[in-house]
Amino acid sequence: MSIAITTQIICFTVLSLVVLIGALGVVLLESIVYSAFLLGGVFMSVAGLYLLLNASFVAAAQVLVYVGAVNVLIIFAIMLVNKKEDLKPINDIKSRRIISTSICLTLLSLLIRVDLTNVWSLSSPQNSIGEESTIRIGEHLFSDYLLPFEVASVLLLMAMIGAIVLARRDVMSKDISTGLPVDQELIEKSSEPLLTNKN
Amino acid sequence: MEYGIDLEYSFNEFLKGFGLSSEIAHIVWLPLPMLLVLVAAVVGVLVTVWLERKISAAAQQRIGPEYAGALGVLQPIADGLKLLVKEDIIPDKADGILFTAGPILVLVPVILSWLIVPFGQNLLISNVGIGIFLWIALSSIQPIGLLMSGYASNNKYSLLGGLRAAAQSISYEIPLALSVLAIVLMTNSLSTIDIVNQQSGAGILSWNIWRQPVGFIVFWICALAECERLPFDLPEAEEELVAGYQTEYAGMKFALFYLGSYINLILSALLVSILYLGGWGFPIPVELIAKFLNLPINAPFIQVFTASIGIVMTVLKAYLLVFIAILLRWTTPRVRIDQLLDLGWKFLLPISLANLLITAGLKLAFPQFFGG
Repeated sequence: MSIAITTQIICFTVLSLVVLIGALGVVLLESIVYSAFLLGGVFMSVAGLYLLLNASFVAAAQVLVYVGAVNVLIIFAIMLVNKKEDLKPINDIKSRRIISTSICLTLLSLLIRVDLTNVWSLSSPQNSIGEESTIRIGEHLFSDYLLPFEVASVLLLMAMIGAIVLARRDVMSKDISTGLPVDQELIEKSSEPLLTNKN
Repeated sequence: MEYGIDLEYSFNEFLKGFGLSSEIAHIVWLPLPMLLVLVAAVVGVLVTVWLERKISAAAQQRIGPEYAGALGVLQPIADGLKLLVKEDIIPDKADGILFTAGPILVLVPVILSWLIVPFGQNLLISNVGIGIFLWIALSSIQPIGLLMSGYASNNKYSLLGGLRAAAQSISYEIPLALSVLAIVLMTNSLSTIDIVNQQSGAGILSWNIWRQPVGFIVFWICALAECERLPFDLPEAEEELVAGYQTEYAGMKFALFYLGSYINLILSALLVSILYLGGWGFPIPVELIAKFLNLPINAPFIQVFTASIGIVMTVLKAYLLVFIAILLRWTTPRVRIDQLLDLGWKFLLPISLANLLITAGLKLAFPQFFGG
């Protein structure tokens, strides 16, 4: 076994372990901040797996989009709210847990079945494109995948306009969460009065 | 274009002469350029810190560091040693794990980005195909570290500083990436080597700054904002936020932030010189000098001369930009957070988009000047 292959196997084992343990941590940890940071770690390890597959452009795009944009925004939102509130106890928590566990296990078994029955076409290392993949991805995006690409961008535009409409107070006359008439004066002002009247 | 000194090849041949296999020779080779670049980055930081102190002093009509070595050149080493032996304090109510991981997450991506900085035709760690895109992707990790340390400090100033840093870096990443995209459009490649080679045709006249003046200014402003340099140092605005996300940090953990911000500044200056100022290129093409001296371009003397002038030019251009950054620090007032976001989203983003569009149009109209 050559040194290159040994290194690859070690990297693959470490990355997959980080992905699995990190993903479990995202779901199981109580603290939402830890979950968000672990999610970033999971995204990074997935990017590492892409690198092992010789897809450096996809790996960098994964880091840029998922870690640099999605995860930063998630953490940003968590910290901006930063409210420690005790969650209300749910009455039938046990039966809910059983149902969700069974659904997850069913999905997992479905995925395992797909994995086992499908015949994966493995490309040999000789005809992998490696560094040229950037050019190949660009060609595909502007030829046979043009429509999905454009539809995805329209979808993102719609989401952005929706977010702006929801966030801007001069568009709506009523606050969506509280139902109170909207204060048009200062955008940054808190929607709840900071000092409660004592008299 | 495969001329120039290939140190890796010669080193491997040298080791093979001792009877080592090519694989072992490669493994022995691998850490050497990494160590060299790491040392270069740290020495660069020491020089920058000294320059910053001296130039700041000159700008304020003071003398600056004077007693540690001649002209105070040993002052940064003294600073570093002081930070190294200081007590490492983790505040009682802070989150220990995140508090420790934050500075590491800030520093590591910055150092990793040095992978793609070329000092000559073959003088870089790795000529990865995604080149400059790797730097953009890596620099987007940094705000996570800043948010992490801001949150873990359990201090409202730290949290505010972390939030500001994240907002700032998200806003300025987009015009930054768009102005890089205009360069990539002209080069037809993401590799930093290709970007420099594309500017090497006619010396100073073929540098990208003449073809991308708007892109150059947008990139420089965004790079300053990404480095959190004045006038964009809101995340650590000392009059408002004590020291932002690094308020609670002391000793070596603080030094990591300090090191990170200065390495980032040098890295940004290097990248500006690579993208817009011809990288390792001499203002007069070396081929012309060789022809003038009647020497073949592959002569050993010319090869060594080209390599050394390449390193000198890259470092010189980068430090010229660092000098401008330090002057800017003492001549411009800090912007407010709303002005900062306005500048990023309402001014730089449309301008860099228009710049990209015009570059694409010019490339179609004049392919010989704007890359075919």
